[in-house]
Amino acid sequence: MTGAMTILAQLLVCAGIFFLFMGAVGLVRFPDFYTRMHAASKCDTLGSLLLLVGLATYQGFDLASAKLLAIAVFIFFTSPTAAHAIARAAYTNRLPLWTRGEHE
Amino acid sequence: MPYTFLLVTSLTILLAVLLSLYRVVAGPSIIDRIIGVNVVGTKTIAVIVLTGYLFDRVEFFIDIAFLYALINFIGTLAFSRYFEQKGVENS
Repeated sequence: MTGAMTILAQLLVCAGIFFLFMGAVGLVRFPDFYTRMHAASKCDTLGSLLLLVGLATYQGFDLASAKLLAIAVFIFFTSPTAAHAIARAAYTNRLPLWTRGEHE
Repeated sequence: MPYTFLLVTSLTILLAVLLSLYRVVAGPSIIDRIIGVNVVGTKTIAVIVLTGYLFDRVEFFIDIAFLYALINFIGTLAFSRYFEQKGVENS
């Protein structure tokens, strides 16, 4: 039982770091502010959520895992809010959009 | 969880932080820098919790991670509202 839970926790943590790394790659590679925003905010939310839930699965059922789930819920609410505020700042200031054939 | 697994996970996230720091340094506008800092902060929360598992002091490091999440959110919100009103030109 505990071995299966450890394997499940490791799979969740691996999925989390996959999403975190892909978010960073998208943040470097995409040509436009809005596309970078798209990569960074979603991959960051999902990646840290999966990683924290995986660590809570490994921890079992005690105070530390409850705090880990509290951090996960907090990130689940605040990260899209911060992304919305940043995108609103960019949209208000009319940041230029990417058009086809233009590099960087 | 094995020590090596935690170490490799933390180092992978630190590599992703390094990639995000490129966007902070070289971002064309100030908003790119803000989102880069936000991404680095979110990854730092994961690294802090993993460091707690590495040092076997999880219950202390989780409180630090929660505080870091709070500060990261407030800071990003403050910066984005400030530059929304001030404008992103000549900055």
